[in-house]
Amino acid sequence: MSPYGSFPLLSIILFLPLVGALVILLINKKWVKQIRVVALVTSLVVFALSLPLFFNFDSSTHELQWVEKKPWIPQYGISYFIGIDGINLLLVLLTTFTSVLAILSSWKAITERVKEYMILMLLLETGMLGVFVSLDLFLFYIFWEVMLIPMYFLIGVWGGPRRIYAAVKFFLYTMAGSVLMLVGILWLYHIGGGTTFNLFELLKVPLTGHQQLWLFLGFFLAFAIKIPMFPFHTWLPDAHVEAPTAGSVILAAVLLKMGVYGFLRFCLPLFPDASIEFMPIISVLAIIGIIYGALVSMVQPDLKRLVAFSSVSHLGFCVLGIFAFNMLGIQGSILQMVNHGLSTGALFLLVGMIYERRHTRMIADFGGLSKVLPLFATFFGIVTLSSIGLPGLNGFVGEFLILVGSFLFRPLYAILAATGIVLAAVYMLWMFQRVMYGELDKPENRALKDLSVREITTMVPIIALIFFIGVFPRPFLRRMEASVQHLILQVETKRSQEPLYVEKMKERIKEFFHNNETSTD
Amino acid sequence: MLDYIWLVPFLPLFGFVINGLVGTRLPRRVVGIIACGTVGLAFLISLTAFFVLPDQPVPDKVLYSWIKVGDFKADFAFQVDPLSIIMILIVSGVAFVIHIYSIGYMHDDPGYSRYFAYLNLFVCAMLLLVLANNFLMMYIGWEGVGLCSYLLIGFWYERKSAADAGKKAFIVTRIGDFGFALGIMLIFKTFGTIDISEVMHLAQGRFEVGAPILTAITLLLFLGAVGKSAQIPLYVWLPDAMEGPTPVSALIHAATMVTAGVYMIARCNVLYSLSPTSLMVVAIIGCATAIYAASIGLVQNDIKRVLAYSTISQLGYMFMACGVGAFAAGIFHLMTHAFFKALLFMGAGSVIHALAGEMDIRHMGGLKRYMPTTYKTFLIAALAIGGIFPFAGFFSKDEILWRAFEQNYILWAIGVITAAMTSFYIFRLVFKTFAGESRVEKEKLVHVHESPRVMTVPLVILGVMSVIGGLAGVAKAFPLLGMSRFFSEKLNILRFLEPVTGGHHAEGGQAVGLERWLMLASLLIALLGIYIAYQFYVRNPQLPKRLARRLGRAYNFVLNKYKVDELYDFLFVNPAKRFSVFLWRIWDDRIIDGIVNGTAGFFKVCGHIGRRVQTGYVQTYILLIIIGAVIIIWYCL
Repeated sequence: MSPYGSFPLLSIILFLPLVGALVILLINKKWVKQIRVVALVTSLVVFALSLPLFFNFDSSTHELQWVEKKPWIPQYGISYFIGIDGINLLLVLLTTFTSVLAILSSWKAITERVKEYMILMLLLETGMLGVFVSLDLFLFYIFWEVMLIPMYFLIGVWGGPRRIYAAVKFFLYTMAGSVLMLVGILWLYHIGGGTTFNLFELLKVPLTGHQQLWLFLGFFLAFAIKIPMFPFHTWLPDAHVEAPTAGSVILAAVLLKMGVYGFLRFCLPLFPDASIEFMPIISVLAIIGIIYGALVSMVQPDLKRLVAFSSVSHLGFCVLGIFAFNMLGIQGSILQMVNHGLSTGALFLLVGMIYERRHTRMIADFGGLSKVLPLFATFFGIVTLSSIGLPGLNGFVGEFLILVGSFLFRPLYAILAATGIVLAAVYMLWMFQRVMYGELDKPENRALKDLSVREITTMVPIIALIFFIGVFPRPFLRRMEASVQHLILQVETKRSQEPLYVEKMKERIKEFFHNNETSTD
Repeated sequence: MLDYIWLVPFLPLFGFVINGLVGTRLPRRVVGIIACGTVGLAFLISLTAFFVLPDQPVPDKVLYSWIKVGDFKADFAFQVDPLSIIMILIVSGVAFVIHIYSIGYMHDDPGYSRYFAYLNLFVCAMLLLVLANNFLMMYIGWEGVGLCSYLLIGFWYERKSAADAGKKAFIVTRIGDFGFALGIMLIFKTFGTIDISEVMHLAQGRFEVGAPILTAITLLLFLGAVGKSAQIPLYVWLPDAMEGPTPVSALIHAATMVTAGVYMIARCNVLYSLSPTSLMVVAIIGCATAIYAASIGLVQNDIKRVLAYSTISQLGYMFMACGVGAFAAGIFHLMTHAFFKALLFMGAGSVIHALAGEMDIRHMGGLKRYMPTTYKTFLIAALAIGGIFPFAGFFSKDEILWRAFEQNYILWAIGVITAAMTSFYIFRLVFKTFAGESRVEKEKLVHVHESPRVMTVPLVILGVMSVIGGLAGVAKAFPLLGMSRFFSEKLNILRFLEPVTGGHHAEGGQAVGLERWLMLASLLIALLGIYIAYQFYVRNPQLPKRLARRLGRAYNFVLNKYKVDELYDFLFVNPAKRFSVFLWRIWDDRIIDGIVNGTAGFFKVCGHIGRRVQTGYVQTYILLIIIGAVIIIWYCL
C-alpha cells in the first residue's frame, strides 16, 4: 500500500507537532527565541516530511495510500485508521504548508506568552492533520473537537479587544453543529450493528431514505457551520477580526476547508440519496453565500472583515462545485480549497503585516501606500488578482472548473454564481484602490517600512504557488482524478432507486390533484 | 518557422518579467531597448510567419496540456491561420511603433520601467488572445488585456480620477467577461469541446440556421465583445480610460483591447452566420453605437475624449460589418483604424506633451506653425478617419457601407450620416487645435516645440500606413485600381481572410455601377462634414457658440454625454451599495446575530430563573418537594 513499506510516515507527520509541543513545554518560558526556533523547525520538518506524500503519490488509483490501521478500543470497534487519497492529499499539504507560514508570521507579532502560543499552534496542527487523515469516524470526531480548543485559546488569549465574545461565539457555534454530528455518528454506528466506526465498513451499511435524511442533516449542520455557509456564517467575521494574524491565516486556509472536506468524505458517499435530495437547498444557500458574501464585503470598513466576508463568497463556490456531482465540479472544488487557502491566507498575512506597522486595519486610515511600500503593494496586488480569479493565476482554474461543472449540471446555478466573479472584482479592486492608490495624505503612513526579509520569505512561496497552479494545474488535478472518479461512482451506484421523502410527497400531491381532476370531469 | 509562433506572445512576456522584476535597477536605455526589442522581434516573427504561411490549413501548435478534467480539455496551444496572422501583424506592428514613441513620451516619468513592463504585458495578453486555439486560452488574453488596461489607465494612481478610471475599465469589461465565460460554458455543454476550430466544424454539421442554442451562445459571446470593445451599453469605461498616459490610449484604441471583440466575432463567424438573430443584434448595436458615440464626439472639448468617442463610433462600424456578415470587412476596418487611430492619439499626445499637459482644445489653436510634423501627420489621420479618398479609411469604410447597403438601407443610411459626423468632429479637432489664432496661455506658448525624433518618426511611419493601408482592400468595383488583379486578388486582405471568414460575395455588373455611386455619395458627404467644420471653426468661429446657446439644453445634454454615467450610478451602483449595507447592518448584525445572541440570552434568562430556586433554605426545598409530591399523586389518581 505504501511506497515506504511499513514505515509509519503519516503517523510521524501527524504526531510530530505534538512532540514539538512537548519539547517546548520543557523549555524555560523566558527563552523566547529558542521556543520560536523549535516551533518553526518542527513545522518545517513536518512540511518536508509531507512532501513525499505528494511526490510519491500514486495518482493512478483511488485506493488509500500510506494507510495505517491498528485497533484502538477494539471492544467498541474503534480503530486508529488513517490514510491518504486524492481527496485529502492536497489538504494535508495545505495544512503543513500554512502552519509553517503561520508560525513564521507570529515571529514578531506575538511577544507575550510565546511558549503557550507556540504549544497551541503545534497542537492545532496535529488536530487539523488528524481531521483530514482520519478514516475512523470516532477518531475523526476526536480530532474535530480537539482542534477547537487551541483555536479557542488563540483567539481568546492573543486576540483583539472583543476576543472573548469572538472566541465564545466561535466555540459555541461550532459546538452546536458538532454535537448533532456526534449524535449522527453514534446513530450510524448503531445502525451498522455497533461493531465498527471504520468509514469504509460503514459505507456498506444499507440505510433507508428516512435514516439518510436525518443523518445527513446532523452531519450537514456541523459542516455548514464550519465552512461557514450562509446563514451560519456570523461567527466568522468576529473570529477573524479578533484572532491574531496567524489564527486568521489558519482559520481561513485550513479550518474552513474541513466542512467542505466533510461533505466530500462523509456526506456524499454515506448518504448519496439525501445529498441529491438536499442538493437544491444547499446549492441555493451556496449561491446566496457567494453573492451575499461579496456584497457585504464590498461595504466593510475593516480589511480583515472584508477578507472574512470574501471567504464566505469563495467557500460558496467550493460547496456549489461539490453538489454538481461531476468531475469538473468536485475537482474544481478541491483545487479551489487549496487556492482559497493560499490567496486568503496570504491576504490575512498581508493585512497582519500592515497592522503590525500601523496598528489599524481600517481602510480609511490608508491610501497611497504603494508609494512607500512598493514591494508590499506588488504582493498585495498579485494576491488580490488571484483572489478575483484572474486567468493565469490559481484562483481562475478552480473557479472556472466549478462553474463549468455546475453549468453542466444546472445552468441557472452557474449563471447566478458567475455574478460573484464580477462582484469579486468590485470589492477587491475598490479595497485595493483605497489602500494602495491615491495620495499619501495621512502623515502616519509616510514613514512606513517596506517588507523585511522574514516577511518576504513568508510571501514568496505563496506567490510562487499562485503562479504555478495557475499555469500548471495538472500535477494537482491529476492526483485527485482517480479518487474523485471513484467518489462519483460511489454516489451513483449506492443511490437507491426508491424515491425519497420529498419525491414521495411530490408524487402524492400530484396524484391528489390528478384524482381531483379526474373526479371533477 | 511557424513552430516558433509561441515566441510571438512570449517575447513581450519576457520583457515584462525582466522589466517588472529588475527594471528599476536597469538604466532607462536598457529598459526601453528590452521593451521595444521584444515587441519588435515579435513583429518580425509575425512578418516571417505571414510570408511562410502555406495555403492549406496549418495544425495547431500545442505547447502543453493546461487543464484536463474529465472531458474538459484546454491546451496551451496556438492557432495559425490568415486571421490570427493578420491580427498579430497589426498588434505587434502598431504596438512596436507605440513602444518607440513611449520612450520619448514617458522620458521623465518616475515609473518608467513599470510603464514598459505593463505595456509589454498588455501586448502579450493581446497576442495570446488572437493566437489562442481554444476559448479558455482566449479568455486568458481576454481578461489579461482587462488587467493591463486597469494597470495602465490607473498608471498615475495618485490621482483619484485615474485610479477610478482604471477600476471602472476592469469592472465594466468584467461584466462583459461574465457573458463571455458563460458563453464558453454553453459551448462546452453543447459541443463537448472548447477548441475553436472543432467547435466551428461541429456547428456547421450539427445545427440548422437559426438554432436557438447557437443564438444563445453567440449572444453571450457578444456580451463579452460589447464589454471589451466598448459598445452600448458597456462603453462607459472607454472615455474615462483617457486618464492613462496618451500612448496607452493609443495602444488600447488601436492595437490591443478594444479590437478584441471584433476579432472574436470574426473568429466565430461560423457560429454567427448560423444565427441570424444574433447577427441582427450585432448589427443594430454596432450601428446604434456608431451614431450615438459620434454625436457625443461632436461637442467634446477634451482632445482625447473626442478621439475616445470616435473610437467607440468606429468600433460600431466594425460590428456593423460583422452584423451584416462582412467579417473580413470588419477586420479590414480594424486594421486601417489601428493605423490612423494610433496616429491620432500619438499626435494628440505630441500636442499635449508640447503644451505641458493641456488637453482642452479651447486652449489650443494655431499650433501648425510650431509643430509641422505633428500637424501634417494628424491631418493625414483625420483625412483617413474621415473617409477621404485615397486615404486608408475610405476603402475600409466604403466596404462596410456597401455591404450594409446590400443588407439593409437603414443601416447604410445611419452609417453615412455617422460618416458625415465623423469628418465633422475630426476636422473640428484639427481646426481648433492647429488652425486659426493661438489661444494657448502665454507662458506655455513660449515652450511649445515640435516633439523629438523618437516621437515624430513613429508618427511618420503611421502616417504612411494611413495613406497606403487602404490599398490592401480595394473593392473590385473601384475604378482602375479594382481592375488590377494585383489589388483585387493578390494584395487583398479580404481575399486573404477568405479561408477563415468565408467566401466573398459575388459581384454582378449592375451592382458595380451602384457601388460606385454609393462610394461617390459617401465621399461627398464626408467632404460636406469637413466643409461645415471649416465654416464653423475657421470662417465663422462665433457660429458654434451661438448655435450652442440656441440649442441650450440639448447641447448640454449631449455635452454631458447624455448623463449615462449618472444614470448607471442611480440605477445600479448606489442601490447595490445601499442594499449591501442593509445586508450587513440589518440582516447580519440584527437578524442572524440577533437569533444567535438571543439563543444565548434565552439560556441566560433560564439560568437566572433556575438560580432563584436554589435559595439555600431548607424550608423552600421542603415546600417544593411537597408541591411536587402533591402534583404527582394528583396526577396518578
